[in-house]
Amino acid sequence: MSAPAPVVALRGVRKQFGRGGVLALEGIDLEVGAGEFVSLIGPSGCGKSTLLRIVGDLTEPTTGEVVVNGKSARQARIDRDYGIVFQDAVLYDWRTVAKNIALPLEMLGWDRGRRAARVEEMLELVELTGFESHHPWQLSGGMQQRVSIARALSFDPALLLMDEPFGALDEMTRERLNMELLRIWEQAASTIVFVTHSIAEAVFLSTRVVVMTERPGRIASVVPIDLGRPRTVETREEPRFFELVTEVRELLRAGGADLAAPEEVEAEA
Amino acid sequence: MSTAPTAVQPLPRGSLAQSVGRRARDWAPAAIVFVLGIALWEGLVRGLDVERFLLPPLSDILQTFWEQRDTFVSAGLFTFKEALGGFAIGSAAGFGVALALARWRPLGSALMPYAIAANAIPIIAFAPITNNWFGILSPASKMVIAAVICFFPVMINTLRGLTSVPPSAIELMRSYAAGEAEIFRRVRIPHALPYIFSALKVATVLAMIGAIVGDYFGGSDQALGILIRRSAGIFAFEEAWAAILVACVLGIAFYGAVALVERLTMGWHVSTRGKE
Repeated sequence: MSAPAPVVALRGVRKQFGRGGVLALEGIDLEVGAGEFVSLIGPSGCGKSTLLRIVGDLTEPTTGEVVVNGKSARQARIDRDYGIVFQDAVLYDWRTVAKNIALPLEMLGWDRGRRAARVEEMLELVELTGFESHHPWQLSGGMQQRVSIARALSFDPALLLMDEPFGALDEMTRERLNMELLRIWEQAASTIVFVTHSIAEAVFLSTRVVVMTERPGRIASVVPIDLGRPRTVETREEPRFFELVTEVRELLRAGGADLAAPEEVEAEA
Repeated sequence: MSTAPTAVQPLPRGSLAQSVGRRARDWAPAAIVFVLGIALWEGLVRGLDVERFLLPPLSDILQTFWEQRDTFVSAGLFTFKEALGGFAIGSAAGFGVALALARWRPLGSALMPYAIAANAIPIIAFAPITNNWFGILSPASKMVIAAVICFFPVMINTLRGLTSVPPSAIELMRSYAAGEAEIFRRVRIPHALPYIFSALKVATVLAMIGAIVGDYFGGSDQALGILIRRSAGIFAFEEAWAAILVACVLGIAFYGAVALVERLTMGWHVSTRGKE
């Protein structure tokens, strides 16, 4: 799957907060190829969100090299090579749905007509046509997150960074948005790095799952997900799906994860 | 989609008649209290034969106002201009200083303790001094009092609004390679608007108090505060009350004007959303 030039390349990344402070990440080497869907999974506080922020140049590694789209992470951010989606949709209340999606386009200096056309296209992609003049607080949590995804994709970034985007949603909505995200990923042909603490979600979505250890976060293992595509509701019921979920869970446990999170138990029961 | 979408339907828009009817229902209790209050005032004062220096009947006050309406209105406008000038200067300065403190945090942490301490000073006590500084008859001396009183709530609230933006909202802007100025323009200032407006509403009241009480320490013959003080001094209680009434109406109108601007600029905010 991985193309000759990786979209993300991390070499020897280490992150320590403050001098002599908490060591969050150590010895991270990872490459993400074009068109991949890579999930980072690990116990809370293992630094997976920090790793995502390092890729996005929202925080700097203490040591190590970060290459995004063939350039430094900083240059990639300045060139707007990635879109980001947080756990919280981070929609601006004073902007309508359409204007929230158009925000990065405004900042790129697109004219009004071009922005409107793209917003319409994006609303169609996330199935929210008709909601352009609504304000974020008039939407449900799942719809807000779809707006957030539309905004992140609006300017066609090479890379989409997602930090537990569905973590705050109920299980039903989460599964539906998982399906939608896969459809969008295939349609938009982008590369996704996805942080989650749900094993089922990681296995269902990804081409590869990166399992991290407890703090300081290291990569314990990378599990290629060989489930067929397109993935459907039935995928979650295949024996192979359960095998992969079990494999990831055991790797997490070996890495010191306390897997008491009830949602995971339910999701996989 | 496997499950029913939890879509929120577009908000229903009622007809004009419905909306007027709903409005009337909302306002009816307040209107009833208003009418009862006036009736009670008039009835008690006349029925119990209350001394005029304590509280004259409302009808007499209104009559006095009407007979000398030119004097009252011009005095009201004179003092209102003092209040408005002070409000504009104080609020603009408060906003500007808050922007600077939010932009350069070390400056903020160096100055904030003093700003908070200064906020506790009863500024009205300086009125006799500003009279000396800016001229007892000049509206400038009252404007300065009003401005200083308005400055602190606007500055402190604005600063709180500018600095209470969720970190992810700032990170999102940074992911778009936005500079500080752009983050202020697109996120911090809109986020601070509700804080700013609640401070501005408080500031309208404070500005009126500052201007009128500033007048009490001496000022132009045309000023409302002077009119109140002089009327009370010569036992012209209806005049004093009529002037107070003018001050009340102007104060409420000033507050209402800012509240209206708030509604118009911030229809998106939780405080101004229509009831469901």
